[in-house]
Amino acid sequence: MNAPILVQDANGVSLAGEWTLRSLMGAEAGLRGRLESLEQQENWNLGAVSRLDSAAAVLIWRVWGQHWPAHLEVGDTVRSTLERVASLPRKKVALPSYHQSFLLGLGRLVLAVLHNLVGVIELYGRLVLDLLFLCRHPRDIPWKEFSANIYKSGAQALSVSALVGFLIGITISYLSALQLKAYGADLFIVNILGISIIRELGPVLVAVLVAGRSGSAMTAQIGVMRVTEEIDALMTLGVSRTIRVVLPKVAALTVSMPLLVLWSSASALLGGAMAAYLQLDFSFYYFFSMLPKAVPIANLWIGLAKGSVFGFLIALLACHFGLHVRPNTESLSMRTTASVVTAITLVIIVDAIFAIFTRNIGMPS
Amino acid sequence: MGTPVIDMQGIWSQYRDVVIHKDLSFRVEAGQVIALVGGSGSGKTTLLREILGLLKPVRGQVRLFGTDLHDPDPIQQRDVRRRLGMLFQQGALFSALSVYDNIAFPLRELRFLDEDWIYELVLLKLAMVELEPEDAGLMPAELSGGMVKRVALARALSLEPELLLLDEPTAGLDPVRSQNFVALIRNLQKSLGFTVVLVTHDIDTIYGLNSHVAVLAEQRILVQGPLDEVVQVDHPVIRQFFGDHRS
Repeated sequence: MNAPILVQDANGVSLAGEWTLRSLMGAEAGLRGRLESLEQQENWNLGAVSRLDSAAAVLIWRVWGQHWPAHLEVGDTVRSTLERVASLPRKKVALPSYHQSFLLGLGRLVLAVLHNLVGVIELYGRLVLDLLFLCRHPRDIPWKEFSANIYKSGAQALSVSALVGFLIGITISYLSALQLKAYGADLFIVNILGISIIRELGPVLVAVLVAGRSGSAMTAQIGVMRVTEEIDALMTLGVSRTIRVVLPKVAALTVSMPLLVLWSSASALLGGAMAAYLQLDFSFYYFFSMLPKAVPIANLWIGLAKGSVFGFLIALLACHFGLHVRPNTESLSMRTTASVVTAITLVIIVDAIFAIFTRNIGMPS
Repeated sequence: MGTPVIDMQGIWSQYRDVVIHKDLSFRVEAGQVIALVGGSGSGKTTLLREILGLLKPVRGQVRLFGTDLHDPDPIQQRDVRRRLGMLFQQGALFSALSVYDNIAFPLRELRFLDEDWIYELVLLKLAMVELEPEDAGLMPAELSGGMVKRVALARALSLEPELLLLDEPTAGLDPVRSQNFVALIRNLQKSLGFTVVLVTHDIDTIYGLNSHVAVLAEQRILVQGPLDEVVQVDHPVIRQFFGDHRS
């Protein structure tokens, strides 16, 4: 490769060698600066340039101040490359900007929240209509998808939810036992663990786990189906996307979540009982025979109802966000994040509402 | 003649138990335009990916511009790759970036050019592929199929490559657009003088580019040469591919 050569003498400036992006990158550091200091020159000789690519042409054209110099010697090929640069339109093109002002961002956020709210209500209405339709046409009920979703979001989550529940049970039991021992109130460990796990921690814990596990998977799956136009393909085959894609997911999670809650709460209580045995010398028999007395059965029903509602919300939000993915990678990642974050936030808000409305139910008298 | 642009010797490729290339050799000299043809499953795309270094053949050596593609030195690898441009079948534009940023991306990666310089170059590339400056602000999702190809070509050309690889450049375009696109590549090739290797099923593309042909069959390059010489070879694959174009 021939290096670019720049010679300045009494007759003006002559360039020689290869003037390309790569040869410029390999050239000595001062070359560009020397070239850019030659703005006033009007005599240019480019006759010895063996190759000129557009990057170098743009550079030279800039040095010339966007017009042809008074005296120029140049070969035909090199001239045509320069002409291509010269014929570029001079006006500035408005380019999209990726960052936005705080106020604009806030406005967009509010609009997005409202937009999503309307979208979720729309989807909910659609599902209700679909259910009515399925009541009249039971043959169209997507049983296979329903059972596949139960397996994916329920059965396959058993091990991880058991593990998380067990560890949380141990932690709470251990920490409470330390405090209770100091006051000599050891017996109340059963009340504390029973109420908090069955009524509160079990459902919320499983909801967070499922939102991260199944919710994100649902959004990503439907989102990719949108990007690859599979959703549109379903529609053209006369298959309703809500009945075949959304409804089985929502129904499956509504059914499998309370079961997961039960499973995970049981596992947490087992962990709690174990820590109580090690820390306070409570036997397992004593722990579990005390449990029905300390925790009224209503708490279990509240926990299961919460699980069902949380499962419904997580799946509905996940499907809504999935269906609104735009065909690019950025949108897919943003929507998946939004799906999980919104689901967890909403679960906690709904949990608070539950707590207010059930405050008189299930407390030991 | 100088060092060949592509020099593949004794290439063996295998996908699980299926042998795709068996002791294949392939040479492309600077300034040539070569179309790789062959039935589906004959390993055209595999060969293209091996030239790009996306796949490593089981045995054999791939040299681009005289440099081994799988050279352990990352700088060496990067420098070789900057000398080639690739046009993917679906365009493979970065969907999160605008047209402008898609074309500017490889230029910015050099960390050598300032933003004004990049701006002018991007507009120049857009003009080269016959797009309007206003198109620079669009996102890839807003482009039609033909425009995606043009933007992808502009991106492939942004580093002034000496070797341009095209995977099915006219697939998915209507006849008029595909003719225009072929003419565009032909004109650019004439004025910029780069080497082109393309994979295609479309005989009109081969005619339009006036290219040499390399026929892939029986796990090797069966024959390589100018189109009118290749069509004279009597072989079932060539008969089938060129059919009634043998005049």
